[in-house]
Amino acid sequence: MADGARNACDAGAGSSGAMSAPLFAEFARRETAEGGLEAELRLRIPSDVNLVDEAIELVTRHLEAAFVDRHIIRFNLRVALAEAVANAILYGNGEDPAKGVGVHILFGRNAVEMEVTDEGCGFDFRHVPDPTLPANRMRPYGRGLFLIRQLVDEVRFNEAGNSIRMVVRRT
Amino acid sequence: MAFIARQHPGGVVVVEVDGQLIVGNRQELKQKVLDALEAGNKKFLIDFTKTGYIDSSGLGVLVSLSKKIRDEGGDLRLAGLNDDLKTLFELTKLDTLFAITDTPAEALAAF
Repeated sequence: MADGARNACDAGAGSSGAMSAPLFAEFARRETAEGGLEAELRLRIPSDVNLVDEAIELVTRHLEAAFVDRHIIRFNLRVALAEAVANAILYGNGEDPAKGVGVHILFGRNAVEMEVTDEGCGFDFRHVPDPTLPANRMRPYGRGLFLIRQLVDEVRFNEAGNSIRMVVRRT
Repeated sequence: MAFIARQHPGGVVVVEVDGQLIVGNRQELKQKVLDALEAGNKKFLIDFTKTGYIDSSGLGVLVSLSKKIRDEGGDLRLAGLNDDLKTLFELTKLDTLFAITDTPAEALAAF
């Protein structure tokens, strides 16, 4: 599912293109053989934190018709996606307007898979401090990834750490 | 307007968060409270009765404000969190850091 996570670490590396363009989305919906619904959604989000909310709205609106899950699943998914996108914009892309965040969502019968990819150099996802430890609790940052891990069923990063894949089981 | 601040009798500044407290607007809340702190106010209640969502940046700004207010000898309380928001505070163990009440009235009585 990895989109060939673009990585603009090298000095002078080109950006992904017209990132001043607004949110861009592709959406496909198909009936499965068993009469269920699958959907696939792709977004490209410019690195502006003010767009996180709009992106989440777009995703939930597209999935609304099929997304009749329990509130807790919808809430978990929404929080995880919002945190991943915000992290990608703030830390992955450093809010560089020339860089974008790619979101790919596969909405299947049993699970929702979400992949969020930034154009940064990645980070060491294996050594992220626990924000709930007393020593870290007064920090104003560092809770996004922690919340993601608490709320979804699976989290996986690519090797570089600039793409996160999250799975929420629907059943 | 997402944040409405008003003076409550008894010297408490009540800030109502209407909608969301998220990465895009957290600086605005921070500034509002810091301005009131600088003006000499010491008691703060942030009312989340009309708040649907707080992200981790929003939690972070509350932590930052809590420290700043405490350093100035002040008192910060939170009220009106819905069940979803309470979950976020519990998961991040911030429910042990803040004085949280179900209703603004309970918070005001506790100052």
